[in-house]
Amino acid sequence: MVEGYLEFEKPLAELERRISELRQMNAVENGVNLSDDIQRLEKKLARMRRDLYSGLNRWQRTQIARHPLRPYTLDYIQILMKDFIELHGDRCFGDDRSIVGGTAWFHEKPIMVIGHQKGRNTKEKVSRNFGMPHPEGYRKALRLMKLAERFHLPILTLVDTPGAFPGIEAEERGQAEAIARNLIEMSDLTVPVVTVITGEGGSGGALALAVANRVLMLENSIYSVISPEGCAAILWKSQDYAKDAAEAMKLTARDSLDNGIVEEVIKEPLGGAHLDYQETALNVGEVVWKHLEELSALTPEELVEDRWAKFRRIGIFRDEAGR
Amino acid sequence: MSWFRKRSAPPEKSDSRKVVVPEGLWIKCDNCGEIVYSKEIERNLKTCPKCDYHFRISAKERIRLLEDPGTFEEFDARILSEDPLNFRDSQKYRDRIKNAVKKTGLNEAVLSGTCTLDGLKIVLVVFDFFFLGGSMASVVGEKVTRAVERAIQEKCGIVVISSSGGARMQEGALSLMQMAKTSAALARLRRAGLPFISVLTDPTTGGVTASFAMLGDVNLAEPKALIGFAGPRVIEQTIRQELPEGFQRSEFLLEHGMIDKVVSRKELKKTIVALLKAFKNQ
Ligand SMILES: [Zn+2]
Repeated sequence: MVEGYLEFEKPLAELERRISELRQMNAVENGVNLSDDIQRLEKKLARMRRDLYSGLNRWQRTQIARHPLRPYTLDYIQILMKDFIELHGDRCFGDDRSIVGGTAWFHEKPIMVIGHQKGRNTKEKVSRNFGMPHPEGYRKALRLMKLAERFHLPILTLVDTPGAFPGIEAEERGQAEAIARNLIEMSDLTVPVVTVITGEGGSGGALALAVANRVLMLENSIYSVISPEGCAAILWKSQDYAKDAAEAMKLTARDSLDNGIVEEVIKEPLGGAHLDYQETALNVGEVVWKHLEELSALTPEELVEDRWAKFRRIGIFRDEAGR
Repeated sequence: MSWFRKRSAPPEKSDSRKVVVPEGLWIKCDNCGEIVYSKEIERNLKTCPKCDYHFRISAKERIRLLEDPGTFEEFDARILSEDPLNFRDSQKYRDRIKNAVKKTGLNEAVLSGTCTLDGLKIVLVVFDFFFLGGSMASVVGEKVTRAVERAIQEKCGIVVISSSGGARMQEGALSLMQMAKTSAALARLRRAGLPFISVLTDPTTGGVTASFAMLGDVNLAEPKALIGFAGPRVIEQTIRQELPEGFQRSEFLLEHGMIDKVVSRKELKKTIVALLKAFKNQ
C-alpha cells in the first residue's frame, strides 16, 4: 500500500501502482511502446479521482480530516507568515506543546497566531499529546490572546484536535474551567478574531480556541460535539458504528455552513489538503486575509458585538410563544 | 408485597448511585445501605438522614426547595426542540424527546424563571437530569442565554443549578455552540455588574461544566456530586488505570481550587442569599 492512502482510496492506489509499473517497463523495453496505454490509464485515474472525491461521505471526510500527513498549524505558519516567534507557557503550570502560538507577520502586518499542533512521528506525537491539550494549553492560548488584545494585534486560531485530553491531571488542574474561561474571555476580546478549522474540530477542546468573529472550515475538516467513535459507543453501544454516527451528527464543513455555525468553507486540493500544502495554505491565507480586512473596519466595541451576534443566533428550535 | 421496594439495576456500571428516590414507605440508601423511612428523606430535603447522601431531584422539586413559596414564575416555557439534524440512532431523537416529556412532564431539560429568595429577586435556572440526562442542545442553550439576558434586563442576579451529562449529541455541533453562546452571555452579565451563582449538583459533566457552570462568580457544589469535564469511564479507557477514590467529586474539586464551597442542600438557600446580599451591598 502506497504511503498516505486511506482505506477507501485503495482502488486509486492500485491503479497508480499499475501506471508506474507500466512507466518503468516503457523506459526499459525499447520494442513495445506503452505510452498510449499509460495515457489511457492516466485519464481513467483522473476520472476515478474526480468521481471518488466529489462524492465523499461524512466518514470518508473524517478520515481525510485526520490524515497523518495533513498540514498542521506550524506548516501554515511557515508558508503564510514571516518571523514567527513562538511564545511558551501559561505562567501557572507549564508549557503545553499540543498548542503553539506566537507573534508573526502576515501580509506585512503583525498578528497573533495560535493553533493546535499534532506530531508527525511517534516521538513528536507523544510530546504533543496527539493534539489533545491539558488546561495549561488553553491557559497559554488565552494568555497570548490577552497579550494580542493589549497591543491591538488581530488573532488567528487554527483548530485541529481530537479534543481536550481526558486524564486525571487534566481534571485536577481544571480542564472544564480552562475551556469555559476561554469561551467567556474570547467572547469579550476587542480585537478581530478569525478561526480556521483545519482538521478535527473536536468538541470543547476545539471550541476553546474558536469563539471568533469568523469561523471558517477547510473543505474536508470536521466540527463535532463528540467524536464519531464516542457517539457510536454511547448511542449505538459500539464504536463499530462510527460511520453511522458521523453521518447522523452532520459534522462536515458543508453541514456546519448549512447550520449557521461557520461563515465560509475553504477549498482544498482534490483529494485533500495533505496532497498540496502550498495550495492549501494559500487558499487559507487568502480567505483569512479577506475576513481580517473586513473586520479591521470595526471598532473594538463593534468587534465584541459582532462576535456576540454571531453566537447568539446559533441554535435551531421552535418558540411557540414567539418573541 | 414487600416492605422494601427493590431498586432497579443501576443504569451505568461506573455510576451505581441511585438516580431517584423510589416510592414506598421505606428506602434503602444507596450510599450507606441503611433502611430509612421515606417521609424522613422527604423532610430532610431528599438527603439521607443517616449519611447525608444527596439524592438526585427533579427541577420542580429543586425549585420548591429553594423559592420563597409560590414565587417562581416560569418564562420561556414554550421553546421546543426541532430535531434539526433529523437524528436517529437505535431510536429517533424525536421519540427520545417525546418519551422524556412524558416521563418528566417538562418540555426540556431546563426550567427558567424568576422568583424571590428571602425576598430577594433573582432569575433561577434549574436543570432536570431526568430529561435526557439534563443534556444541553439548542433549546437549553437558548433558555439559559435568555435567562441571563432577563437578569440583565431586570438588573438582578442569576442562579443556575446544574445537573447535566453535557452537550446533547443528537444536535451535533449546534449543541457544542451553546457552550459559547451561554458563556458569551455571561460576559455581558459581568459587564452589567450582576452576580452569577453557579450550583453544581450530581452529576455535572462535559459541555455544561466546560461552559457556564464553571463560570460562576461563586461556584457552589452539593456534597459528593460528580463534577468534571470528561466522564470517569472515558478517562479510565484513555489512561487505562483505575481512578482514585473520590476523584471528580465535589470535595476533590474544592481541594483543587475549582469550586468555592461544598454546601449541603439544607444550607444552600441560606448560602445563596448571603452571597447575593453581600454582592448587592455596593
Ligand atoms: Zn445514607
